[in-house]
Amino acid sequence: MSRKGFAVLALVVALLPLALTNNYTYEVAIVVGLNAIVCVGLNLLIGYAGQISLGHAGFFGLGAYGSAILAARYGWPPFAALASAVAGVSFIAWVIGKPVLRLKGHYLAMATLGLGIIVAVVLATEDQITGGPDGMAVPPLGVASFVLQGEKLWYWIVGAVLLATVWLALNIIDSPHGRAWRALHGSEVAAGAIGIDPARHKLTAFVLSAASAALAGALTAHYSGFITPAKASFLHSIELVTMVVFGGMASTFGAVVGAAILTTLPQLLTALKEYEMVTLGAVMMLTMIFMPQGLVPTLEKALAAARRKPE
Amino acid sequence: MLLRAENLSKRFGGVAAVQAVELAVESGTVHSIIGPNGAGKTTLLNLLCGIYEPDAGKIVFGEEDVTGYPPHEFASAGIGRTFQNLQIFFNMSVLENVMAGGWLHEACGLAAALLRPPGLARAERRARTEAGELLTFVGLERWAGSPSDGLPYGALKRLEIARALAARPKLLLLDEPAAGLNPTETREIDQLIRRIAERGITVVLVEHNMKLVMEVSQRVLVLDHGRKLAEGEPAAVSQDPQVIEAYLGVEAC
Repeated sequence: MSRKGFAVLALVVALLPLALTNNYTYEVAIVVGLNAIVCVGLNLLIGYAGQISLGHAGFFGLGAYGSAILAARYGWPPFAALASAVAGVSFIAWVIGKPVLRLKGHYLAMATLGLGIIVAVVLATEDQITGGPDGMAVPPLGVASFVLQGEKLWYWIVGAVLLATVWLALNIIDSPHGRAWRALHGSEVAAGAIGIDPARHKLTAFVLSAASAALAGALTAHYSGFITPAKASFLHSIELVTMVVFGGMASTFGAVVGAAILTTLPQLLTALKEYEMVTLGAVMMLTMIFMPQGLVPTLEKALAAARRKPE
Repeated sequence: MLLRAENLSKRFGGVAAVQAVELAVESGTVHSIIGPNGAGKTTLLNLLCGIYEPDAGKIVFGEEDVTGYPPHEFASAGIGRTFQNLQIFFNMSVLENVMAGGWLHEACGLAAALLRPPGLARAERRARTEAGELLTFVGLERWAGSPSDGLPYGALKRLEIARALAARPKLLLLDEPAAGLNPTETREIDQLIRRIAERGITVVLVEHNMKLVMEVSQRVLVLDHGRKLAEGEPAAVSQDPQVIEAYLGVEAC
């Protein structure tokens, strides 16, 4: 299943440019890819390890600003800035995750929510370094005079990073670590009884999901050339969680599909003018009422049932 | 002695669930814990696998003082358990439940898990085979690929045992493995416990079904109101007037 799914995803990424006719559609596709990178990582934490985070836009923002500040203010080579930002955010997640992941359920939701809000406030107020609410300009990615710019080139960069992220996620899900996460999600007490340390495995899922958010954040910053604290806001955190839940928890392709639909749908619905948000809300409500497990797992089950029937 | 519990006590508010209980489990035996409802059997079992920390007393496993260890370190020391109120990973298939049970022996680095080098792929195939063998051992081989939430109750009980065995414990704590089973299924559990003991795994069995207890165990500990009432061979214990009064007599009525 997962190998076939990966081939399909690779094919979609390879063939999609045939349908992309102008810079605007390329831009939407790139944003889909960047959101999907975050969601695939966040799904490891929410869908597999069963831990909620309402603050992942904070890690996205830290990755974006970390890379932007190192490159713009300190003159680091952009690739070094990006790598250091992702490593730095992973370290921060590791330090914060230790105490925060002792909490469960609603308490964990509140703590991660607070975490995200703190990051957003700091980014908006430290205007000496971050440019404050107005945001800051970010130098493009590149080495010396060779600069990565233009929608088409970025489409392939983001597509490649997305495929790499999905490949790594599929590997770890189908490994002892992935089973340990699912075991924790299924029954923490039983996981302990077979030697799985809950604190350790929650932390690895948390750090990996923060790293993928930071990577997507840093790529976003260098791609768009400009970054504002809105990217680290509570609203963006909620959007990310919604994409994961909408596409289907504990389904890597669900996370990709969720990111794709919830990124493109608002663009398509702009034709409805003032009814845009109402329609978006209605689509989401109806999906969750009739497909509480999310889009992809529900369709997978329906497909499997349809295949069994004829025999 | 494989397991020694000395002067073990646990209180919940005003209730003394387990009071100064001594337990010595000899390697290679089936040691049962019986007693009326609320006697403290499950509390004792939870103390013996680290889910509860004792208020007093200590637990020595082999040569190691394991008192105060978190549950996963009890498991890595070699103590496995099953649960009376099933704790199946319903988000995984039957085979994956058993494979998860092998975590202690399959643990790999995070980098290896992400990149899946050929060594890990081989280890995964081996883990899959071993999990399949354990499913055959408990008689669930035909369910291997099924999602675990589709299994009947009796099968889930055996799945718990297969998962616990995957961790290769030296000591297996079974919490009422026959509760809710019909006589045929209970006989199958009886057979299964014997075969587990034949593998050289020491068993501590908490059970209500007296027939099962009398048949499979070499020693029996009787608890009442959190205290040790009697201990000895099954035949001797079942003749003990105190035991008959507290437990067997009531049940016979």
